[in-house]
Amino acid sequence: MEKDRLVVAKKKFSSRLIVGTGKYKSMLECANAIRLSGAEIVTVAVRRVNISDKKKPLLMDYIDPKKITYLPNTAGCFNSEEALRTLRLAREIGGWKLVKLEVLGDKKNLFPDMIETLKSTEVLTKEGFKVMVYCSDDPLMAKRLENVGACAIMPLAAPIGSGLGIQNTTNIKIIRSQTKLPVIIDAGLGQASDAAIAMELGCDGVLANTAIAKAKKPFQMALAFKNAVIAGRQSFLAGRIEKSIYGSASSPTTGII
Amino acid sequence: MKKIKKIKIKINGKFSTINESLSLSIFLIQLKIPLKKVAIELNKEIVDKNKMNKIKLKKNDKIEIVHFIGGG
Repeated sequence: MEKDRLVVAKKKFSSRLIVGTGKYKSMLECANAIRLSGAEIVTVAVRRVNISDKKKPLLMDYIDPKKITYLPNTAGCFNSEEALRTLRLAREIGGWKLVKLEVLGDKKNLFPDMIETLKSTEVLTKEGFKVMVYCSDDPLMAKRLENVGACAIMPLAAPIGSGLGIQNTTNIKIIRSQTKLPVIIDAGLGQASDAAIAMELGCDGVLANTAIAKAKKPFQMALAFKNAVIAGRQSFLAGRIEKSIYGSASSPTTGII
Repeated sequence: MKKIKKIKIKINGKFSTINESLSLSIFLIQLKIPLKKVAIELNKEIVDKNKMNKIKLKKNDKIEIVHFIGGG
């Protein structure tokens, strides 16, 4: 049997779980949570170097970019210009071409600004970037992103960091069914079962940050997410039974005493 | 001896006073910036790290040095 892998921009990954590196108590906690989650891709942010305190630990000292794929993310960008600038700088740090685009439109709910997102995806793709795109769960917008060259569609489950879980399973199913690109649920998951549901809907992967980093026991939650993604994927591949409003006995009805 | 002129530049949003015509590479080495782990912008243009020694800093130059940190 051929190994079931996540394929993004022709790169193959054994794990279908992507983990964010923000909000952890320390770099060490972050690195350990990633190890336990089994994730092979982690999202990272681009920020100013602290010039006055250079003794501060660097992310790269804890998470080896040769072993774990860094996915530079434009989190915190509110327009196309900021997002493009951030990712061009990210590429300069070490040649990263696989990036996650996230252009926010509202400071309160952190929903993506899809007009700016679409514009940025097109520009970045033309510049040779492989763009994984954080987007709303709107199938029409997802299609447009695909048309301008996105390499993965990353619809939100719910607002970033909200922990609400998947709010619109129907739209996620439509997005999954209409594209050949990988669909990765990004943002809004709260617990491991949310990840399993995403995988059972047929999604190709899941991205989690707050749900793990802010859990009471982040290491245990990292492990739970790892197992949930595997379980959800297996459940999807196994093919669920049809739903019925009537019961169907599990034991034979013949030979009853 | 001719007195070396000082100029003001901005690095990561903060003012810094340096000797005039100091090269960008020497300035960053003095600051002990781990060059392999950062990207550098000079006046909003990305700098090719291999050509930094040829860039002389001028008055009011704005330098941004960024790296990767934890994020979602």
